[in-house]
Amino acid sequence: MTTDLIVRLLQSAVCFGTVIMYGAIGEILTEKSGNLNLGVPGIMYLGGISGLAASFFYEFNNPDPSPVVCLLLSFLAAFLASALGGLLYSFLTITLRANQNVTGLTLTIFGGGLANFFGGSLNTMAGGVGQISVAATSAVYRANINNVSNLGVVGSLFLSYGFMVYLAIAAAVFLSWFLNRTRAGLNLRAVGENPATADAAGISVTRCKYLATCVGAGLSGLGGLYYTMDYIKGTWANDGTIESLGWLAVALVIFATWKSLNAVWGSYLFGLLFWVYLIIPGLGRKDIELFKMLPYLVTIAVLIAISLRKKRENQPPAHLGLPYFREDR
Amino acid sequence: MNAVTSKREPLLRLTRRDGIPRPQAYAIRVAGVLLSLAVSGVFIFAVTRLNPVAVYQGIFDGAFGTPRRSWVTIRDAMMLLCVGVGLAPAFKMKFWNIGAEGQILVGGVVTAGFMRAFGGRIPTPALLVLMAAVSLLAGCVWGVIPAAFKAKWGTNETLFTLMMNYVAIQITSYCVALWENPVGSNSVGIINQQTRAGWFPAVLGKEYGLNVILVLLLTAGMYIYLKYSKQGYEITVVGDSENTARYAGISVRKVTIRTMAISGAICGLAGYITVAGASHTISTVTAGGRGFTAIIVAWLAQFNTFVMILISLLLVFLQKGAIQIASQFNLNDYASNIITGIILFFILGSEFFINYRLVLRSGKEAAK
Repeated sequence: MTTDLIVRLLQSAVCFGTVIMYGAIGEILTEKSGNLNLGVPGIMYLGGISGLAASFFYEFNNPDPSPVVCLLLSFLAAFLASALGGLLYSFLTITLRANQNVTGLTLTIFGGGLANFFGGSLNTMAGGVGQISVAATSAVYRANINNVSNLGVVGSLFLSYGFMVYLAIAAAVFLSWFLNRTRAGLNLRAVGENPATADAAGISVTRCKYLATCVGAGLSGLGGLYYTMDYIKGTWANDGTIESLGWLAVALVIFATWKSLNAVWGSYLFGLLFWVYLIIPGLGRKDIELFKMLPYLVTIAVLIAISLRKKRENQPPAHLGLPYFREDR
Repeated sequence: MNAVTSKREPLLRLTRRDGIPRPQAYAIRVAGVLLSLAVSGVFIFAVTRLNPVAVYQGIFDGAFGTPRRSWVTIRDAMMLLCVGVGLAPAFKMKFWNIGAEGQILVGGVVTAGFMRAFGGRIPTPALLVLMAAVSLLAGCVWGVIPAAFKAKWGTNETLFTLMMNYVAIQITSYCVALWENPVGSNSVGIINQQTRAGWFPAVLGKEYGLNVILVLLLTAGMYIYLKYSKQGYEITVVGDSENTARYAGISVRKVTIRTMAISGAICGLAGYITVAGASHTISTVTAGGRGFTAIIVAWLAQFNTFVMILISLLLVFLQKGAIQIASQFNLNDYASNIITGIILFFILGSEFFINYRLVLRSGKEAAK
């Protein structure tokens, strides 16, 4: 087992982890408001395809694309499209009072369909041949310091990633501060724990839930953007990977016990578990499939452990998944 | 303290309906479906520039254009229905079984395994019964594991069953690699293609006759079970209020585990029907998202298994149609998921207008 191999494993773990970290911290924000949004995979799909489509059309129409425009366009498109997905979910569950689980699952089907449809046929529709590819935008997302100045093992471990890896950590730290240290964050948590009390205290439950769900969805969608732009280098694959990563993000929320800081190391751990077969010698292809089961098994174990220990600070928001209608009390 | 200011009545307010006549409720649902079809039509038009009438002609052609297509449509609708029927008792109990996908897969995997191992060695009728039994058992185990933890320690079943899906998918991938045929194809291929051992026989001259009969029997059986049996009543009570159930002396723990055993077993059987009665192969897409779509089917039908027949037919009809249009235009099949999503969003939204009505400020009451 060489250092090189371990470095490669850790790098893969970080990249893998970043995708689900975005998904998870977005979902943590959403769930803190009491909305259990099972549409995370669909939202990540929306984020991925919108970012890709925006930069595709820009690159398609401009032979000499500017990196800054590439970045802004794809980033904004991904965030807004995902937030729109969240808005749709909020409208159905909050205003039209539809069931949260069913709406979330529908959003997953819809988002996945939309993304795979356009991901698979955008290029054909625009008159091109072969698969969609946005090399220029992807290069912006994958730019890193380590490529410029080779810094050895430390460099490849800590500095070899695109900016979104660091942005994810920053977002997690910010979210943790927001939820624990600001008035708005505390209000939001009150809504998720006991909306009736929050309502009586003068907090607008509806506005809180809408905002948290839309911004949370936007954050989750960035996971899809990172996946398409960095992880698979600005292309598209109709292989359902985003969906399985999306569910893993939902799992990570539980693993992190609804704390975004835990999601940071949790996501890297999931990545490590997913890729650990790289360093185990002599594995056949079928054995690899069994190893890929690990993150899910670990999540199940954590789920059981949480329900066994019943520590108060590790429990989900008390009103998670339940509807709140003022007049139904 | 702020002084209480008298506000004007808001422009729109909501009131809960005390009850709505059934025809009116269905009218609202039908309006929702029609609206969703219009929106789907706009989407297809935007992508293909077909005129809307041609769009729906294409959809109909894709679903029922030839006898072969009609049978495939019916076969797939039955498959979706079977999973929906399996999920109905769990959801009626408010047990969020998101794990149908995994339960279908484990049922399918053991079916494929037995088909490979015993095909030709024991007569097909005996093999069919054997495969049905093991698939029921596999699905049952897959359903009981999360149910047991939920019953004993209150472990969140939504997320547990979800994770079990992925465990099942990886097991399937493992088996696909194990049974690869031909080597290097990364698929199992059609099992027993020459001998047809372990395949459903044609019934009444129809290739998928047995699928239809099996699923319709299950549908009717589940309807009676939920509506007229003591166990069905217990499920309803536990679903409505666990405290009431405990007060009435119903063991919530026992009902939870028993119901999930049934639910998982039927989903496992759906895997058996898929593998032995339709695809004759196994892969990670054998369940094909039906486990998730069926949740919505069951929920929208409010667990009435006969309404589920209509909803599954509608969804599969549109899926087949969308696939047809997509292939005409060299686009991909995922168009059908978009349309499914749009329809479901509208049906979900229309439920609101069944339970509530909007009241305008003037006091005039809008019907919708």
